[in-house]
Amino acid sequence: MRDIHARLKQRHHLGQFERQRPGLAFFTVPREYLRGLLLDLRDKEGFSHLVLLTAVDWMEEGLFQLTYMLNNRAEDVTFGIRVMLDRDEAEGDSIHDLWPTAETYQRELKEMFGINFPGSPRIDDEFILEGWTDLPPYRRDFDSLAYSQQTYAERPGRVTHDPREHMKQKLYPDGV
Amino acid sequence: MKDVDDKFLKNIDKEFPLREELRPRTVTTPDGQEIEIEPLKDYFCEAAPKVHPKAYIPIVENFYNWARANSLWILGFGTGCGAIEMRPLMTPRFDAYRYGIQWRPTPRQANLLMISGYLSVKTLKRAVRAYEQMQGPKYVVGLGSCTINGGMYWDSYNTIKKLDQYLPVDLYIAGCMPRPEALLAGFMDLKKLIKAGKCEGANKYAENFAFYKENQKSVIKDWDMPDYNW
Ligand code: SF4
Repeated sequence: MRDIHARLKQRHHLGQFERQRPGLAFFTVPREYLRGLLLDLRDKEGFSHLVLLTAVDWMEEGLFQLTYMLNNRAEDVTFGIRVMLDRDEAEGDSIHDLWPTAETYQRELKEMFGINFPGSPRIDDEFILEGWTDLPPYRRDFDSLAYSQQTYAERPGRVTHDPREHMKQKLYPDGV
Repeated sequence: MKDVDDKFLKNIDKEFPLREELRPRTVTTPDGQEIEIEPLKDYFCEAAPKVHPKAYIPIVENFYNWARANSLWILGFGTGCGAIEMRPLMTPRFDAYRYGIQWRPTPRQANLLMISGYLSVKTLKRAVRAYEQMQGPKYVVGLGSCTINGGMYWDSYNTIKKLDQYLPVDLYIAGCMPRPEALLAGFMDLKKLIKAGKCEGANKYAENFAFYKENQKSVIKDWDMPDYNW
């Protein structure tokens, strides 16, 4: 793993190399170098499989983090490549021509986080939600509980117990 | 509930536009005529459901109910986790067929709609459609706490929490998820209710049609079907 990283480092701007366990490491790259790096990994280093593409909402920092997980089956190595995007005009670069599966991930990210990927096929179509009119639901400023209270009728009488207190009451009713 | 949140306000100004292909418009036919079409009206009957009156003589109605109770055909439409619990019922282990309960693949051939768990808004739309296409007398059973009060999806942005707001429910079976034994007990209860003439869900739906439609439309923003899908 380290030798792949060392080789890549000569050709690319790689951020801090964070090794999580044998065979899994993460690093951050600037957005403009992402495509070159992915091409290199796919064609020269044998990372033929895009495991997933997902996002994290860093609301306080005003950033979205995209994580591209790539896997090299022959060597059993997985790299997570992080790209930080501006949260206000969230727009990533489509990689559907490198891995066709990315198209589906990108549609999901568009719908759930509102991150646009111009040029990706069917990016503006609905993915899972139907007739959604509010904020993209995975953004952290979308309050799921409040939305559901304001949208869906409730049956009164629902109670919530703090598990710790509840079990204490049940097991030791006298407080001993 | 005590943890009501009022800082976040949902966006209520935005309407979801009707799909392009469903809008009323003028089209030119291949032979050059101009015709007006309105897809949602042209292909469907507009008549609202009607209340089915009881038989005039009670003993006849009782006989009908006895017959109805012994002819339950479930629509094989699984919505949530609970759908898994219906599978063992169809197999020798629990064998619901011995009680005269069987599954059918299409709404036209079924008279019992089991909502087997949480319903997302998207699935609710299909469930409403399926329910309306079923022949009366028809019954709805809600399985699991999700259909009763939202269950563990009580704070989800996309699942309904109280099924009887949208469809007339005759019986709930509690549990998360209810075991097949509970379902069998539920079927027996449903039979008792039908025999007692208490399962009037289809009539309730017809009587309170406007109420149900309003509730359905308040959550299904993308309403792309006629008001009654018969
Ligand atoms: S009640 Fe439980 S088992 Fe049933 S749909 Fe809800 S979460 Fe799933």
